[in-house]
Amino acid sequence: MKVKLKVWRQKDTRSAGEFRLYETPDLNVNMSFLEMLDVVNEQLTLKGEEPIAFDHDCREGICGTCSLVINGKPHGPHRGVATCQTYMRSFQDGDIIIVEPWRARPFPVVKDLVVTRQALDKIMQAGGYISVRTGAAPDANSIPISKENADLAMDAAACIGCGACVAACKNASAMLFTAAKVSQLGLLPQGQPERYRRVKRMVEAMDEAGFGACTVTGSCEAVCPKNISLDFIARLNRDYLVASLKGGAKHG
Amino acid sequence: MISLWRMLNSTVGKKYLMALSGAGLFLFASGHMIGNLQLFLGPEALNRYAHFLQSLGEILWVIRLGLLGLIVLHIGSALMLTLENKAARPADYSHGKPPFAASLASRTMLGGGVLVALFVVYHLLHYTVCLKAVNFTGIDFAHLTDPETGHHDVYAMVLYGFSVWYVSLFYIVSVGFLCLHLSHGASAMFQSLGLRSHAWWPVISKGAMIWSVILFLGYSVVPGSVLLGYGRSYLENLEKIQSAASTPAEVTSKEAH
Ligand code: HEM
Ligand code: FES
Repeated sequence: MKVKLKVWRQKDTRSAGEFRLYETPDLNVNMSFLEMLDVVNEQLTLKGEEPIAFDHDCREGICGTCSLVINGKPHGPHRGVATCQTYMRSFQDGDIIIVEPWRARPFPVVKDLVVTRQALDKIMQAGGYISVRTGAAPDANSIPISKENADLAMDAAACIGCGACVAACKNASAMLFTAAKVSQLGLLPQGQPERYRRVKRMVEAMDEAGFGACTVTGSCEAVCPKNISLDFIARLNRDYLVASLKGGAKHG
Repeated sequence: MISLWRMLNSTVGKKYLMALSGAGLFLFASGHMIGNLQLFLGPEALNRYAHFLQSLGEILWVIRLGLLGLIVLHIGSALMLTLENKAARPADYSHGKPPFAASLASRTMLGGGVLVALFVVYHLLHYTVCLKAVNFTGIDFAHLTDPETGHHDVYAMVLYGFSVWYVSLFYIVSVGFLCLHLSHGASAMFQSLGLRSHAWWPVISKGAMIWSVILFLGYSVVPGSVLLGYGRSYLENLEKIQSAASTPAEVTSKEAH
């Protein structure tokens, strides 16, 4: 199969970008989308042109490095699948595929399809941790946790921090990311001491970075490669309300 | 206090304001629809209800100012958040598709809301202020009186008002926009306040849609049925009484022929 690519090219953060059209050579339908880009880049390199820069690392759907808005949907056509796990067999021979970077003010383009997601790290640094004494690993099951909470915390912890939620949202809101991170700790006993301080600080870091607000459109949930649920946003809203009503410097 | 102030400055806190004010307006909209349906109980029932509201005096003003406060809070927080939301995506995508999986209602909250606000202004001038110039009938709605009680004849006012087809159409279209707004807003407010669980969400979101359809039907049946001829005999009767009362000379001269 062959496809045509309409790809965003941008030299660096300061330069203006533009779309360029590329035709792929004959492809194996079982190539991944990123392997297809590798093939196109090899061609460009041989021709002496600058290869298309794109983010990737594990290529097995667990690191959250790959990005790309493919035909209007972050991470391409499938539900619950990252770009690196998307295969060319999901497209038709002769398709024109539009490939764009994540677009949000807090995610400036570094080059072509690569953006920096440091704003998400800032949110984590603000409260996405617990304070414990380090030492030997504690015995398994020494702290009782209900099955329900353990499952929910695990669902939240599935977030790989790729930022697709921000990319999809019409407001470029990072609420799904922040909510998943707030919840994965807030649901467990180890996360309780800092629970309310955490939610306040993480929401403030999120606002400070310039992400938008939640309009409950559900785009984030629909594109999340880990199917993180909007339920966690409600949980964040609840915790933030309690945190604000509790007030006091010791929670600030 | 400082904590509350910080809360209201955050995006999440502004959503609380939007949701709480929206919830108040939503309750009002539901109550108002039920009140309007008394048109179908006849002139006594509707005019008694209207007179009861008028006779509340100061309490009526408290309610009016309360509603105004809700509208100011709602539009204020909507505008502030919209500015922040637009700033968060300075360069838009070029794929030309709407945001993935976002419903029409959720994408048109601001535009639809502004249309509703304009409608509310017209509606107040039309039936509350009774500004003659905007009802397009040439009749002064403020001076319609119920022949039996001498109170304001709201029943006749509504029948006259909606006998102008383009006014009725405007009401029905505007209420359509309100209900589109609420089909998303009435469930979003639960989410924004954190009042949601996995099990309850389908009930909340489907309930919001169903109630919006009921609101639309309940509101638009009033102008709709007047257009289709409901209450015409009441107006004819009223005009007969009025011409008998106001122009006796003309009537007698006619009788003389
Ligand atoms: C008058 C002009 C209005 C404007 C400009 C407006 C605007 C908005 C906007 C933009 C939102 C979405 C918030 C967001 O994007 O984050 C919203 C939500 C909402 N609106 Fe309105 N609206 C208006 C009137 C109304 C009225 C009359 C009602 C009720 C009868 C109402 C009920 C709601 C509700 C319940 C929500 C959901 C709150 C939430 O998402 O948490 N609105 N409105
Ligand atoms: S490259 Fe690691 S998740 Fe896609």
